[in-house]
Amino acid sequence: MSERVLTIEVNGEPHRILSSDNRTLLEVLREDLGLTGTKHGCDVGECGACSVLMDGQPVLACLVLALQVGDRTVTTIEGLAADGNPDPVQKAFAERGAAQCGYCTPGMIISSRALLDGNPDPSTEEINTALAGNLCRCTGYNKIVEAVHLAASREARP
Amino acid sequence: MTLRLPLFEYRTPTSLAEAVAILSDSDGGAVIAGGGTDLFPKMKRRQTTPTTVVSLSAIPELSGIEIDSEGNCRLGASTPVAAVAASELVPAVVAAAAAEIASPQIRNTATLGGNLCLDTRCNYIDMPELWREASGHCLKDGGDTCWVAPRGDRCWAISSTDLAPVVIALNGTLRLVGPRGERETPAEALYRNDGIDYHDRSDDEILTQVMLPPFGGRATYRKLRRRGSIDFPLVGVAAAAHLDDRGTVGSIRLVVGAVASAPLRATAAEEFLVGRQLTDEVIEEAARLASHHVRPQDNTDTGSRYRKWMTPVFVTRALQDLRA
Repeated sequence: MSERVLTIEVNGEPHRILSSDNRTLLEVLREDLGLTGTKHGCDVGECGACSVLMDGQPVLACLVLALQVGDRTVTTIEGLAADGNPDPVQKAFAERGAAQCGYCTPGMIISSRALLDGNPDPSTEEINTALAGNLCRCTGYNKIVEAVHLAASREARP
Repeated sequence: MTLRLPLFEYRTPTSLAEAVAILSDSDGGAVIAGGGTDLFPKMKRRQTTPTTVVSLSAIPELSGIEIDSEGNCRLGASTPVAAVAASELVPAVVAAAAAEIASPQIRNTATLGGNLCLDTRCNYIDMPELWREASGHCLKDGGDTCWVAPRGDRCWAISSTDLAPVVIALNGTLRLVGPRGERETPAEALYRNDGIDYHDRSDDEILTQVMLPPFGGRATYRKLRRRGSIDFPLVGVAAAAHLDDRGTVGSIRLVVGAVASAPLRATAAEEFLVGRQLTDEVIEEAARLASHHVRPQDNTDTGSRYRKWMTPVFVTRALQDLRA
């Protein structure tokens, strides 16, 4: 049960970490790299709070081992802002007040970003489907869906 | 509370032979991980504490979907569920059922083989270690009592795979590789109606491929769950049939999932349906035949009576889909 040195690329930066095989990507992001924007929810794949992008696809960091990442790139909520400017999805969430307690918000934004990257003009149904793995226990879904529509409409503009 | 994984060694063999060797040399201490989305929560809850986790992700021939020269659809067991859901090569019912598994994030990680080999589930086993210790370990957990049916001597944990009923309905074949070589089995024969010993597969055998014969008929999958996402099925009904021009059933395979420890073929209903048109009266009788033996237990999200009540309803909806 030895430890091994892993190199994982998170938000465009390679990180070398020493890890035993049993550590999840979520543990490494939050505890080794200090990236606490990715939230620790249920730990068993039922809530979506720990969603991150792996090669652009949303996955649950609580159910992916750090060493399963391999040469894929990881993007967390911290990596969406470019040069200090929030991602359009982040801006839209803020403007629409699409957060109550805020705990699900990073995961919601990650899933929304993945949706818009593949489908720039989603229908409400497509948004609901894309966010179906992210639970909001405050049940503030309407504003979240509105925020995704708003971000999509802004990104669609030339 | 953080649920951390127990310590283990993670292996990524690059060939099937290497993977089989790791498994057979481990004396049962090694387990297979497809994507790990079923395994890791169970390890976090200490339902299982393997010394070695064997990933199949680096074995190239286990991934991908193709149509062979005879028109069979061949799916590698490591193919992500999301890739199955998005595939235009697989029968539409397979893609639709895959799209109903768990959540988008889990579908990106989970694999076809992992869903077909999903461990059986139960309210009394899928609980943290402290809870299980406080209540007393159940049969599946190494104890001597089933808390679902304490007077019985069997485990009633539920077969919760969405894809097995569909693969069985489509008369799919599974290929497995182990230390004694390769074998093929009808998908139906893999499953046993026993919550503990739910697979006819030894610990060192690897499910490598699913083969679906060409299918020109109509097929459907109907899933009951509490929410429209994330949840495992409470009842899942797969049906695949050939109907003639007048709507008479020439052949049909009807499978009810998530009401027992294995997907159940509804053979009495199948025999009744052959040679008949899918009228409301015929569907009603078929639904009765398909569900009157079904005995769901009180061991998942909703009560057993509700699942018993919903079984004919979902068989009816599935048969109506075939008619449409």
